[in-house]
Amino acid sequence: MNPLALRSLLWLGLFAVSLALAGFAPALGLAPVPVPFWLRVDLAGAISAAMRWLVETASFGLFTFKDLTRAIAALIDLPYQGARFVLVEGLREGRGSRAVTLIPPLGWLTVTLVMTALGVWAKGWRLGLFLGLCFVYLAAFGRWESAMITLASIVIAVPIGVAGGLVLGVAAYLWPLVNRVLSPVLDLMQTVPTFAYLVPILFLFGFGPVAALLATVIYAMPPMVRVTTLALRSVPTELEELSRMVGCTGRQRLSKVLLPAALPDLMVGVNQVIMLSLNMVIIASMIGAGGLGFDVLNALRRLDIGAGVEAGLAITALAVALDRLSQAMAQRSQRPGVVLRGSVWRRHRWGLSVLAMALAISLLGWALPALQTWPESATLSTKGFWSDLVKYININYFDQLEAVKGAMLGWLLLPVKRFLLALPWPWVLALLALAGAQLGGRKLALTCAALGLFILSTGLWEQAMTTLYLCGVSVLIAGLIGVPLGVLAASSETAARVIGAVIDTLQTLPSFVYLIPVVMLFRVGDFSAMIAVVLYALAPAVRYSAHGLRSVPPELIEAGTVCGCTRWQLLTRIRLPSALPDMLLGLNQTIMLALSMLVITALVGTRDLGQEVYIALTRADTGAGLVAGLAIAAIAIIADRLIAAGAAQARARLGLQGETAA
Amino acid sequence: MHPAPVKLACRNVWKIYGPHPERLLQGGAVPTLSEIRESQHVGAVRAASLDVRTGEIFVIMGLSGSGKSTLIRCLARLIEPTEGEILFDGQDLLKASPSEMIEIRRHKMGMVFQHFALLPHLTVLQNVAFPLEVQGVARNLREARASEVISLVGLDGREDYYPRQLSGGQQQRVGIARSLAVEPELWFLDEPFSALDPLIRREMQDEFLRIQKKLKKSIVFITHDFDEAIRLADRIAIMKDGALIQIATPEELVLNPADAYVAEFTAHVPRAKVVTLGRIMVPGAAENVAGTLPASTRVEACAGRIEAAALPHAVTDDAGRVIGHVTPRAVIDVLLGRGGA
Repeated sequence: MNPLALRSLLWLGLFAVSLALAGFAPALGLAPVPVPFWLRVDLAGAISAAMRWLVETASFGLFTFKDLTRAIAALIDLPYQGARFVLVEGLREGRGSRAVTLIPPLGWLTVTLVMTALGVWAKGWRLGLFLGLCFVYLAAFGRWESAMITLASIVIAVPIGVAGGLVLGVAAYLWPLVNRVLSPVLDLMQTVPTFAYLVPILFLFGFGPVAALLATVIYAMPPMVRVTTLALRSVPTELEELSRMVGCTGRQRLSKVLLPAALPDLMVGVNQVIMLSLNMVIIASMIGAGGLGFDVLNALRRLDIGAGVEAGLAITALAVALDRLSQAMAQRSQRPGVVLRGSVWRRHRWGLSVLAMALAISLLGWALPALQTWPESATLSTKGFWSDLVKYININYFDQLEAVKGAMLGWLLLPVKRFLLALPWPWVLALLALAGAQLGGRKLALTCAALGLFILSTGLWEQAMTTLYLCGVSVLIAGLIGVPLGVLAASSETAARVIGAVIDTLQTLPSFVYLIPVVMLFRVGDFSAMIAVVLYALAPAVRYSAHGLRSVPPELIEAGTVCGCTRWQLLTRIRLPSALPDMLLGLNQTIMLALSMLVITALVGTRDLGQEVYIALTRADTGAGLVAGLAIAAIAIIADRLIAAGAAQARARLGLQGETAA
Repeated sequence: MHPAPVKLACRNVWKIYGPHPERLLQGGAVPTLSEIRESQHVGAVRAASLDVRTGEIFVIMGLSGSGKSTLIRCLARLIEPTEGEILFDGQDLLKASPSEMIEIRRHKMGMVFQHFALLPHLTVLQNVAFPLEVQGVARNLREARASEVISLVGLDGREDYYPRQLSGGQQQRVGIARSLAVEPELWFLDEPFSALDPLIRREMQDEFLRIQKKLKKSIVFITHDFDEAIRLADRIAIMKDGALIQIATPEELVLNPADAYVAEFTAHVPRAKVVTLGRIMVPGAAENVAGTLPASTRVEACAGRIEAAALPHAVTDDAGRVIGHVTPRAVIDVLLGRGGA
């Protein structure tokens, strides 16, 4: 018998034993295995105490830690107030209703015009028109002020995130030591869920837009660091040698050769920073970011469906607009345009005329307020429509929806949950270690067991198993939907275009937006959470399977065809097995996205680790929040390492198979 | 013939990769190839010594993995040799401080790269002006100089193109122009034509010879193509497994290969391509001659003229003094591969 079949049999047996353990333990009156006291560590308390010490007593001699946080806050607040002044408030005198506007902020028409011009410049008229429409939408549907508050945050967060990421990335490129320190930190930062960032920042910087901005920057920076290091490393060696041969100083080497040559890659990083910032700015409305995120949050809390959908659509418009614009700019950096010679006016006539027009409109705005602020009488609202639609669905299809929900809960969700919760922890740890040993050897086994022990020691075992269950079921369903879609996308160009466009759009949406339709149709609970997670985590499952299937070597498929395979046989015998390593990578990504979304679904009432973070956030309990966040990170790291090892094995096996076949 | 002064000398240069390269060379030890390999090291350059004379084209020829790329990078100090001396106008480059190195490279060295190494975000003009920009030369001055070299390599009218809008051959012309912008004394060319199609390659070789005739730089030229080496070189160094096996003129290399490895390369080279009149002439002036030719002319270049004449040609040395004469018969012998030559 071949070792692979033997291993499958072993795991089948282990699964049966697990079922028996979970099924009979309670029936036989066996109590759950208690966690020995020496395994319980009050990490949360220690972290909270340390944070309190930081805030209350820590001092650097000349100034205290609190002074430091205040200084940082002031430093960020200054440009933020500037951005708000330009986009949201203008200059006012007096307070409240008696306030008199001295200088108005940029009006809707000005901003829309500038965005349109940027679109035209970056790609062409179609993109410009699209951007213009997105911004007109924001104005016409009465979301202008919220959108501008969100935009103001992004306008400040993105440059800070990009600059910080560049500096750290360059440092990691230049000094191996920095790289060695930074790399594991970045790994951890990308697995700790978004909410967990919010707790310590809330504690250190208080409730408000500045804290939210800081959280946004911290969240959005890691990918930029990575992209920068990677982009610099992939600059051809010859260019680096050229920089030395022409006698560049260290700074010239960076600024004149390496960074410009890496620009197209760096722009991809900028796009990522923008999208992550938007995502986080929306989530950070929980610690006072305001803007569109606050509108969604507010609507979710009041279950105001119409307002929620409208705010969600506004976020979507803003997200898609920013994504398309930054992508177009990234592509533009790859194809430098025509060289214009001549006077300043000749070279910049486009930019100058847009500037002049913007100025003219702003001035006209004094006389014609409609150019400044979208007139209230012309504001459209779809709130009623959405409420009615949902009401209609809920009245007419209530039974069907309930039946689906009930069936899923009764036949899938609850049994899995019960099964996982009933498993004794020593058994789970043993299985983890075994899986680690089989896939990656002793080191991986130790890592997995240690991370499992860490979760146990935090006293959050039950919540962790709930997380595992929700994540597992969601990933399973995402796979069941995603892989066939991937197969479809790989088999036809048209399907690939359509599916690709949908998936791309889904991925640009901030995670918050997914909660809205789900809550409307299924209210709160595990089932709603699962649907939101599946929607959010679907993209990598589709994309990686399609990519894996498409990159199967054509000779292999020809070989299959010559052997007389049917289409089905080609798919199951040749294409899917060859695509396995790629699909495992997709699985990995799906799990990571699922975990990050799960935390956000705490808002719709799950009982997992995400809920712990959420509760910690409402209480500003740093210790509890961080520990729960780290527990989620531990799950993510276990999954990541196991799957990576599995993928490596699959790849090695495929290589081996190729050899024996030859 | 008096050899020109030495521009760049390389004395016993070693480059060994591995965990402890310096240990292998401790106390002046000379490890053999197998000793290096057995200790988990790679001997990329082993005990290389050579002189590049002012105004000559010195070609280093070797197959891939022979260490020629490492050697040229050691000569330009892009790679730090494990041991040895690199003397540029008598100054040891390996002892130069970073700022001295920057000065030397800015004003005295130029390099052409195999894959062109053009900056994608700069136009042709800006690329060529780049070395001057780095030095802080004012914009109008550096662009004027750049235009000069651009027309030297025959790219007039393409100043505002971006590299990706040019063909491979044109891109390498830009690379050549850029390396000449600072008027270097020492010109490194690292397989400059290897990435080009055969037809373009030949055209670029002619172009290179034309430019060199005008500028008379001291050149280190790397190639893996023996025909290219023969066509261009004043002298060739053959490299294998990190060591220089033979350094000689193309003619000597073909007529007296140092070992079987070199002989294998030279076996298929038509003699007429390398043999000079100096080697086949009969000493002493002839009574009646059809014309005069310099002794350094290769047979291939003048075979038709000598063969068509009824009388022998006089052969002159560098100073123009007649030192011998050459008959049509001798030329035909070379063409047919007959006789000792």
